[in-house]
Amino acid sequence: MDIRLPEAEPSDEERIAIDALLGPPESAWDGGSRGRSRDSHVSYGGRAARERRHLLLPALQALQARVGWISEGGLGYVCARLSVPPADAWGVATFYALLATEPRPRRVVHVCDDIACRARGARALTAAIESECGAPLPHAENGGHIALDRERPAWMRSPCLGLCDAVPAALVTEAGTSPIERQLGNVTIGLVRSLLAGAAPPKTDGAAEAMVPQRGDPALRLLARAGSVDPTRLDAYRAAGGGKALARALELGPERVIAEVVESKLVGRGGAAFPTGRKWDAVRRQPATPHYLICNADESEPGTFKDRVLLTHDPFAVVESMAIAGFATGCEKGYLYLRAEYPLAHERIGNALSQMRRAGMLGENILGRGVRFDIEIRRGAGAYICGEETAIFESIEGKRGEPRNKPPYPVQHGLFGKPTVVNNVETLANIPRIVLEGGAAFARTGTAQSTGTRLFCLSGNVARPGVYEVACGTTLGALLELAGGVPNGRRLAAILLGGAAGAFVRPDELGLRLTHEDTRAAGVTLGSGVVMVFDETVDLHDAVLRIAAFFRDESCGQCVPCRVGTVRQEEALHRIAGGCARGGVAAELALIDEIGVAMRDGSICGLGQTAYAAVESAVKRLRLFPTAERKKS
Amino acid sequence: MNPQMAPSRKGESEPRRASARPAVELAIDGRTVSVPEGTTILGACRGIGIEIPTLCYLETLRPVNVCRLCMVEVDGSRVLVPSCSRPVEAGMKVHTGTERVRHTRKLVLELLASSVDLSTTPGIDALLQEYGCRPERFGPRAAAADAGVRDGAVAGHHEPPDPRTAATVAQPVKVDNDLYVRDYGKCILCYKCVEACGPDHQNTFAIAVAGRGFEARISTEMAVTLPDSACVYCGNCIAVCPTGALMVRSEFDMRAAGTWDEARQTKTDTICPYCGVGCTLTLHVQDGQIVKASSPLANDITRGNLCIKGRFGWRFVQPRERDGRAREGDACA
Repeated sequence: MDIRLPEAEPSDEERIAIDALLGPPESAWDGGSRGRSRDSHVSYGGRAARERRHLLLPALQALQARVGWISEGGLGYVCARLSVPPADAWGVATFYALLATEPRPRRVVHVCDDIACRARGARALTAAIESECGAPLPHAENGGHIALDRERPAWMRSPCLGLCDAVPAALVTEAGTSPIERQLGNVTIGLVRSLLAGAAPPKTDGAAEAMVPQRGDPALRLLARAGSVDPTRLDAYRAAGGGKALARALELGPERVIAEVVESKLVGRGGAAFPTGRKWDAVRRQPATPHYLICNADESEPGTFKDRVLLTHDPFAVVESMAIAGFATGCEKGYLYLRAEYPLAHERIGNALSQMRRAGMLGENILGRGVRFDIEIRRGAGAYICGEETAIFESIEGKRGEPRNKPPYPVQHGLFGKPTVVNNVETLANIPRIVLEGGAAFARTGTAQSTGTRLFCLSGNVARPGVYEVACGTTLGALLELAGGVPNGRRLAAILLGGAAGAFVRPDELGLRLTHEDTRAAGVTLGSGVVMVFDETVDLHDAVLRIAAFFRDESCGQCVPCRVGTVRQEEALHRIAGGCARGGVAAELALIDEIGVAMRDGSICGLGQTAYAAVESAVKRLRLFPTAERKKS
Repeated sequence: MNPQMAPSRKGESEPRRASARPAVELAIDGRTVSVPEGTTILGACRGIGIEIPTLCYLETLRPVNVCRLCMVEVDGSRVLVPSCSRPVEAGMKVHTGTERVRHTRKLVLELLASSVDLSTTPGIDALLQEYGCRPERFGPRAAAADAGVRDGAVAGHHEPPDPRTAATVAQPVKVDNDLYVRDYGKCILCYKCVEACGPDHQNTFAIAVAGRGFEARISTEMAVTLPDSACVYCGNCIAVCPTGALMVRSEFDMRAAGTWDEARQTKTDTICPYCGVGCTLTLHVQDGQIVKASSPLANDITRGNLCIKGRFGWRFVQPRERDGRAREGDACA
């Protein structure tokens, strides 16, 4: 490959940031200086460099963290080091919302204005910030190109930050030699004002956000340790019973472990509800090697924060579960793909990995039994789509997070073209119990078809928002009661079940049992466990508009139905909301339905296929947009 | 290359050669068909004379299945299936003309026609008519963006929509060299140019898809001009562009002057005079003047590709005085 690099040179800062990740360059061929290191008359780099293509996203993230944006010189240096064509790298850099390809201030405060935060004051907050501190980035008038003072902090609006139990939420990022990333809950205008004035962001150990309202309840399984056992110390985890499942799994052997998982009837908790045992068995049987395991921790579905609680407050359990899954499916390497917005989870998982490596629970010879498995953390960079199970492969491979068409399925042709098992964090967190108790015992909880317990993310207008663990089959009403119901004597207006890709349900549907079979029969979905509660004071039209905007922003743009359909859907909803429906509201709703059906039938991936789901439920279940005829009756 | 063997860009590795492949039996619109394993549904359909419209598909490129125009219904599949990339399976039951299929195709065409200038897309009017498309029902088209605005779009952020108009990709034409223009207001983002420039043909990698969602676009690094990019002006991107977004300068100028008239043109195959490869060259001649050069897609050697000399280096054939378009400093005149 003959690469033409940009002429701009990297700054020293940029060089240092990249070399810290990739090591120093070997010769002039991969970005080093001529004649100083290895012989420049011989070509090094080349294929060896291209085989490190998967480091492109970490390299771009290193520039972002050190400098605050990706300059021409920085991009060119990364391209030289990894032998990636600059146009290709530019395509990747411009795909991710948290990578800046124009100068951006070193410190940026990302303020969530997504549905859960909007239900409780985020619109007032962003309006106040805008009037006091100025317009958010990117400034529209120049298409994002503005001259700015990079030392002066700025703010941006953000989609859901996964902190819906402590709204309004914000994420502070500050580039530099010691970059800062901090997720903040219960944000006030005063806090944003001080952050924009340069004050240090308050420290957080996640406790304020560790809303596990059921903490201490002996019936808890997945949340048994969250909030009550020190998440930073392996010995505390072991003292609380952790680590036994891995030892037991190694005794049982892969086949028995998979048999137990099959018998448990565990299905994926990320949204698609695929039987975990079947997936594992399919990967285990694939002759092609190596096999890869991916723990999907790119939790970005608006209103979802259950995985954050597990990753932050029970990190050792996530790692142990991955080790068991890797052992059972014949993987020696696992990736934990973590959304960028969870810096504390990153720190805790990193700590868990190093302690467990030291204790021989990961690495070349796990528990002295000759089993090899290790885990690498990969971080997202602000793209909801990367939680899609094939987009996650593209992202880890250093490409734009564009989903693949299926088939071929990941169990045959996944990461780097190899058999790959992708499991959600919560799905994996069920594994230790299944290994220790057996699949049959696990399946005794819940219903015949939906076994075990599930985590639900209660947010919006509930008395005690947080993550709740209940047996499958619990009714929506009982769950709502557990969270204290709608506070302040207000009336329940609607519940968004399953997230932006889920559906609204009405207050008269609280008898719905939270199982896959019941929700399917009712035409809704459990999705990723979102239960977002809206009381009568919430502007549901605004929530629907925000969901439509979300899908437009997060569409990868690859296929036509989703790329243009999400735009047309949002436009039509705005016409209705603005009182300028073309041909009447009924005609607009029919148009939206036509677009929605084409998105569902024709899109490549689950994002496009569900981009109409919540809107459709708002129209058909909530009857949120009365047409002229309906008004008369 | 046998088009039926084309593997998906992000799909499986090369299928086995046709001769070694066992036959697979499936049903298409009720007819039983037997085709070699690895054949795509599209290939099987075309083999029995069922026409399926495509935009992003081309027999010389690996299918990317992004335009979603070739969708068909397959029994047992929850969603529709892209026929251009999906290999046939034994016992598959395919339906190519159901209401669901026609609905998605209609909407794909309408969504494109409402957001992209398809005025130079061959065959599009017939398709829009066949599927009863009314792209104007999404509202009047929004004004074109200023130069550079779409190139500077930030992922994950967009302005609230204007309820009076329908968003489009309209923008000024990029004219930054003498050989070809890039009119991205006509781009349907079929990825063909990226594939032709990159791994499928040229291995130059001068362009890629940048940005995300509706703001996704074909771009050089930092959106620099072509002379500042890695472009080698082979024009193989032009050869695969289905909408005329990429156009040789001579055609673009003649269209602007209103003198381009395909009805008056003849096509003559000859051999490129430059090197020993001897690529087949198709000369497009209007009024005794060469107005464009291309190479046949079906040609085994070129598969539609040429180099800068073959595609652009023909102006010496006609005397400069007689060529009204030839200007001082023409790169290849």
